[in-house]
Amino acid sequence: MSTDIGVWIAAFLTLGILSFLYKDNPFYKVSESIFIGVSAAYWFVYMIYNVIEPNLLGNLQKGEWWYAVAGILGVMMLFRLIPKIGWLSRWAVAFMIGTGAGLNFIVYLQSNVMKQIRGTLAPLNSIGNIMMIVGVITGLIYFFFSAEHKGLLGGAAKVGIWFIMVSFGASFGYTVMARISLLIGRMHFLFSDWLGLLH
Amino acid sequence: MRRQIPLAITFIGGVVMIIQYFIPHQISQEIYRGVLDWQMIVGGFVLVLGIGSLVTHHTEKVKRQKEGWGYSLVALLGLVMMAIAGLFFGGMASDKPFMQIFIYAQNPIQATMFSLLAFFIASAAYRAFRARSFIATLLLLAAIIVMIGRVPIGAKIWSPIRVISNWLLDYPNMVAKRAIGLGVGLGMLSTALKIILGIERSYLGGGK
Repeated sequence: MSTDIGVWIAAFLTLGILSFLYKDNPFYKVSESIFIGVSAAYWFVYMIYNVIEPNLLGNLQKGEWWYAVAGILGVMMLFRLIPKIGWLSRWAVAFMIGTGAGLNFIVYLQSNVMKQIRGTLAPLNSIGNIMMIVGVITGLIYFFFSAEHKGLLGGAAKVGIWFIMVSFGASFGYTVMARISLLIGRMHFLFSDWLGLLH
Repeated sequence: MRRQIPLAITFIGGVVMIIQYFIPHQISQEIYRGVLDWQMIVGGFVLVLGIGSLVTHHTEKVKRQKEGWGYSLVALLGLVMMAIAGLFFGGMASDKPFMQIFIYAQNPIQATMFSLLAFFIASAAYRAFRARSFIATLLLLAAIIVMIGRVPIGAKIWSPIRVISNWLLDYPNMVAKRAIGLGVGLGMLSTALKIILGIERSYLGGGK
């Protein structure tokens, strides 16, 4: 059995969360509340050291004064907490949304549209490639709701949903396996690191 | 004025970020990098806003001694302790209190919470996999093949299962993902355009 106080705390918290399998209980709620507080502070401190310090303070110290505008926009974001001047936070939101939309326009055009189309348009010389063309077109037809799914369109949409269901099933299977591997990891921690029953 | 200026900022920001991509010049590269930095900085303040709201919510609960206020107190104590450890006791170095709390408290809770989903996903699977129709059967088969094909015992039971599982992931799965990705991409393009042109304004919120 471990003599490390940290391992004991981790084991206590792990059992606390696992106790939810029985039912919602105070042991679980305490562990959950610790997680809420600790993770909020973790990201706050992470942001201070990895964003504010290098990107804002570091650049200001180098004399790149225009970074002060970003700081001002950031402070304006906090005005949301003061109802009287809350409208000023819209400037910062507008900056984030506007530049984000411009950036995403290019990113999605490249990665989700152009690259996907390029990847789909392959010579029809294998079952895989034929499946690719048929699946993508019918899949897109399934998501086309401007016309009723009847006749040829309905048939194509039906083939599209077959592909989509296979994909959902594969993703589901993948997720289940990932979660189970996490569970194995936690069990290994409890039986090996904490109790020392496994070597 | 309270709406026009934000709309102008959105329009200029969006147009500048689109144009800079097509101008391979040092200045446009600097604008790109600068905007990314600015976004990170403003995003950092958004996090502060979120934490402020969390603190206000839990402080109110403790003050008024509402039901479950003790848990709110625990959350606040966790937050304060972690923040003090990070800001005043050696920062994010691995042997300092901040990272020790991360390793021995935050990490185990997070991993266990995600692992809990293995149980809930199993019960969800039971409901989803009661094959009542052809498409539900397709979902069931795909999931079973992928699950069995990804573990060593699967290949021991029936050796081609791994090949079938990989094929399933590489073709039918990829095909549907591509169709969905294309749909998402086209949706994103139209939404981005609507935002930049000021047609979509819901992000400004209500009021004047």
